[in-house]
Amino acid sequence: MSETSKIREWYLSLFKDFENRLNGERSKPLHKIRRSAIDRFAELDFPNLHQEEWRFTDISPILEHSFSYAARRDDKAPSAKDVSRFMFGGMRSHTIVFVNGFYSAALSKCLQLPGNLAIGSLAEAMKTDDGQISGHISKQLDLGTDAFTALNTAFTLDGAYINVPDGAVVEDPVHILFISTGDEKLISQPRNLVITGDNSQVRFIEHYASLRTGVYFTNSVTEIEVGRNSMVDAVKVQSESAEAYHVASTVSSIGADGNYESHAVSNGARIYRHNIDVRLNGEGGNTTLEGLYLTLGEQLSDTHSLIDHAAPHCTSGEHYKGILDGKSRAVFNGKIMVRKGAQKTNSYQENRNIILSSEAKVDTKPQLEIFADDVKCSHGATVGQLSGESMFYLRSRGIGEEQAKLILIYAFASDVLKNIREDAVRSELEYVLSTRFLKGM
Amino acid sequence: MLEIRNLHASIEAKEILRGIDLKVNVGEVHAIMGPNGSGKSTLANVLAGRPEYQVTAGEVIYEGKDLLAMAPEIRAREGVFLAFQYPVELPGVNNTTFLRAALNEAHKHRNQPEVSAGAFLAMLKKKIQLVEMPDTLLNRAVNEGFSGGEKKRNEILQMAVLEPRLAILDETDSGLDIDALRIVAGGVNKLRSKDNAIIVVTHYQRLLNYIVPDFVHVLYNGKIVKSGDKELALELEERGYDWAKDEEVAAR
Ligand SMILES: Nc1ncnc2c1ncn2[C@@H]1O[C@H](COP(=O)(O)OP(=O)(O)OP(=O)(O)O)[C@@H](O)[C@H]1O
Ligand SMILES: [Mg+2]
Repeated sequence: MSETSKIREWYLSLFKDFENRLNGERSKPLHKIRRSAIDRFAELDFPNLHQEEWRFTDISPILEHSFSYAARRDDKAPSAKDVSRFMFGGMRSHTIVFVNGFYSAALSKCLQLPGNLAIGSLAEAMKTDDGQISGHISKQLDLGTDAFTALNTAFTLDGAYINVPDGAVVEDPVHILFISTGDEKLISQPRNLVITGDNSQVRFIEHYASLRTGVYFTNSVTEIEVGRNSMVDAVKVQSESAEAYHVASTVSSIGADGNYESHAVSNGARIYRHNIDVRLNGEGGNTTLEGLYLTLGEQLSDTHSLIDHAAPHCTSGEHYKGILDGKSRAVFNGKIMVRKGAQKTNSYQENRNIILSSEAKVDTKPQLEIFADDVKCSHGATVGQLSGESMFYLRSRGIGEEQAKLILIYAFASDVLKNIREDAVRSELEYVLSTRFLKGM
Repeated sequence: MLEIRNLHASIEAKEILRGIDLKVNVGEVHAIMGPNGSGKSTLANVLAGRPEYQVTAGEVIYEGKDLLAMAPEIRAREGVFLAFQYPVELPGVNNTTFLRAALNEAHKHRNQPEVSAGAFLAMLKKKIQLVEMPDTLLNRAVNEGFSGGEKKRNEILQMAVLEPRLAILDETDSGLDIDALRIVAGGVNKLRSKDNAIIVVTHYQRLLNYIVPDFVHVLYNGKIVKSGDKELALELEERGYDWAKDEEVAAR
């Protein structure tokens, strides 16, 4: 048996255990989705370097481990004090905390909310679901795309669930914190669902972090539905252990005049793959995708985005930046699809990278597929070093070499951080930048 | 204050400076003139420590110390300042933050207390009047999108804030309109004192009407071929650089 079929067998057996423990849940509509996902998974190969979408991203190290689920043990659960350092000091928020993928009621805290608004654990919400919620699971996902998504769907159990009805505005941000304890060989597969009705607003922060370093695997899927004339502002902070693996898909659809903003900042994980798919479904929709990836050592960061203009008069902007050090690698692939009939599309894309060492490498590629004629699309990508001229200018004013580098790195990163609305999140990220580059050089 | 002896410097294996000797005493203003490509900016950049240039021979003694052994930031903290011929744009770096960081580095170096943000702003308000710079430029990114003249004013503003012992102004007059030239030169004159020295690189006699030099040197093909007082600048204007070069050759 080949290595990949061995690991597939492993996950299939893991599914059997998982299914046995579901008991009554098995008769619910969601389980049909799980079953078709595991069947699909059984047929799929894990991605490999021969596939166009995975050409630069070797995930084979992830397949070398037989990851399994953490046992729920309350005596080993982290305390509020343990997780306080992940709380974005001073930020008022609804807080939903998961430990190794399991919802922690003790660590979570939601502020007062009107009754028709839901913010909390998906598993909790599913307890009383008669198909209203599960009808949204995999609504926009093609199970056939890759093994990781299929695997996550098969194991759908918990994650964040946010449902904002028509006309509702969630004033405070929702902080969704996924803590890994860092214990070896654990897998967690969060499944997040965010649904907004018409004329509504919500902001959330999807935050991955670890208590200790270790080889573990996070395989997450986040589905977002942006209603008509609604606004969803999503921040993703990926600071997993540098030995961990993180594969994620964020899939969203935007209704007419809806607006979806995404700010993805990452500095963790040994292998990081983020698929981000946005579909502009109604006229007048808008999306802005921003990101910053920091890599060093042997890290690999891969962002694959797809912005699908399926309706006319929509705008999209994408701006990703990377700072690479050591022997790290980054991949950025930005696909923009403009469908027939999506006239008056306006779209720009930009990917800029700074490489601080001679051994780091970036593969960046725009991909435009345009089937309408009245559109404006632009794209650009650069890979460079810190400007020697700028360095000398700073040093000639008395600023030391280290400090000068930091100033230029800050400056480079600042325009993708500045649009993060939550001050506390932004300053925490700036702090991460400064500690990383003051120590790292 | 500054003594340059037999300085040779190259870039990309091409020798640009071919034996410069120059002595600058405290309180003096020296003008350096010379045709395009003669090595004026090279000399200025070598003094400031630009890493791309290799010094192949000679020495530079500044305040009794070996200037060439110091990193560029140390030279700056020791009081050497270069106003760039082409100031660099630093997108994303706030002009005020940058100026304060630079000043505090010098203070740290001299064991002086750091300047608080409040005290710095008050000081900056006064200094910008010296170059009549609109204060809106202070909250922008350093030089980003500044007009040519604004960039030059910003250089002199930096000089005013850092109060260098030795300032080297590389064609600070180029790109300035007539009024701006008068204002910027006036600013430099106010910064001129018996405790510092200034080297002015220029192509035009006009600047020297405002900033009156004690000495004028002609740099030609990597060497100082002629030195004199302020009258030399007038003579050069009339007779051109070939005259200065020929004089030198004749004198040998
Ligand atoms: N990076 C480089 N590589 C090769 N040659 C260079 C480089 N930088 C400068 N030079 C050369 O060195 C010579 C001196 O240049 P420098 O800038 O010092 O002249 P300058 O006297 O300041 O001229 P200008 O009056 O035009 O400002 C020029 O011939 C220039 O082309
Ligand atoms: Mg020059």
